[in-house]
Formats: sequence, C-alpha cells, structure tokens
Amino acid sequence: MGLYAYLSLAAVVFSIGLFGVMTRRNTVGILLGIELMLNAVNINLVAFSRFHGEVTGMVLTVFAICITVAEVALGLSIVILLFRTRRTAMADHVDWLKG
Amino acid sequence: MTLEVAGFWVLSLLLVGSALGVVLTKNLFHSVLWLALALTGTAGVFLMLDAEFLAGVQILLYAGGVVTVVVFAIVVTERLVGTRLAHTSRRVLIGGGVAALFLGIMLNSLSRIVLPTSRVPMESDPTRLIGTAVMTRFILPFELLAVLLLVSLLAASYLARPEE
Repeated sequence: MGLYAYLSLAAVVFSIGLFGVMTRRNTVGILLGIELMLNAVNINLVAFSRFHGEVTGMVLTVFAICITVAEVALGLSIVILLFRTRRTAMADHVDWLKG
Repeated sequence: MTLEVAGFWVLSLLLVGSALGVVLTKNLFHSVLWLALALTGTAGVFLMLDAEFLAGVQILLYAGGVVTVVVFAIVVTERLVGTRLAHTSRRVLIGGGVAALFLGIMLNSLSRIVLPTSRVPMESDPTRLIGTAVMTRFILPFELLAVLLLVSLLAASYLARPEE
C-alpha cells in the first residue's frame, strides 16, 4: 500500500471527527470527535515518517499523544466543573455571555 | 491480493466503521466504547507502519487511559442508565456538508500530487531511533512536555476539586 492509501484513510477519519464535533450536543461527545481528529493527524505523521525513512514524525506523534492526554484531562475537568455549576453537560446550555 | 493489502482494508473498515459509530450512536456510553475500538484500530495501523512502540503507547495511553477518564466523566455528569445518557445530534445536514466538503478537498488535492509508493528503509529499529531522537535532538520539547503534563495535572485536579 502506498502513502496515498494511508493519507486517504486519515482524511476520512478526520472528516468523521469533524462531523462529530459539529453535530454533537453533549460536550463529552464533542471531545470524542476531537479525539478522532487527533488520531487521524497521528496516522498522517507516522505514515509520512515511515515512507520517508525519517523518524521525526514518529517523535512528533509521541509528543502529540502526550498533549492529547493532557487536553482530555483538562477538557473533562472543565466538563465536570460546568456540570457542577449549571447541572448540564450540553454545549447549547452554556450561554452565560449571551446578552 | 497480498496479506498487507488485505490487512490494510480490514483495518480501514474497522477504523472507519468504529469512527462512524462514535459520531452516530445515540448512547453516549456506546460512543466511548466505539472510540476505544477506533483507537485500537489506529494502533493496528501503527503496527502496519512498523511503529510498534507507538502502537503500544496508543493502546496504553489512549485505549487504557483516555477511555477510562471519559467513562469517569460520564458517570459523574450523567446517569448510566436512563434517558439522560441519550445524546442527540443537531444541524446534521450542515455538519455533514462541511465534513464532505473537507473530505472532497483533501482527496482531490491528494490525488493531484505525487506521493511515494514504496517505503525507504529505516536506519535501524524505529523504537531505538525514537529513543535516540527524544534524548538528543528533541530534548528541549521533551522537557517542556514534562512541565506541560505537570501543569495540566495540577490544573485538572484544581478545576475538578470537591466543593467546600
């Protein structure tokens, strides 16, 4: 399989994640969509790295995975804080700044 | 059809199918389980790209850690049984249109450029190369990452602290 196949697969997964981010009402659901998009990017990095025989992309993938874990922990603690103050986890109900 | 092509198609179907499951199921808990399957499928893709270390990290950190944390958040914010767990979608047409447009642009531009079809052999074992690169060329980002993880750990436990 050439590089094109892997990049196309990553593009499909990224689009599905984008769809999830745009359509989900629940904030946890939106975070799951972001996870999918980050995964697609990681596939791209590893595929480019492997097909060029250069390890930099794989190192960047290690960093990206670590940053994703930090992002998930922070995002979910914000969700919990939101739920505690507003009793909801729906993104539509977060409209404090609306005049 | 060689074994590699067959494996790629099986993994692609698994990955795309479980990704669709994440964004389309009505039950939030089922979404998370589909995400675990999608992350494991991604680990399989990493294995096909000779990145065994990354596949291990993917399963340990993502399918093990992230999924567990998400399940905890769901348990805290929703009831596991009952109607609250149902999560609906909105503006499906707009979202689908934007996603399809993005996919079309990506596939179109991918088909226009010349991409390598064969792999350049790595200098040695990819895991060894990753370790060497992290400890030499990427030592500064690596240390900054440690600081970032510490800061996010403190911030997460501060934000989600119990009420006084």
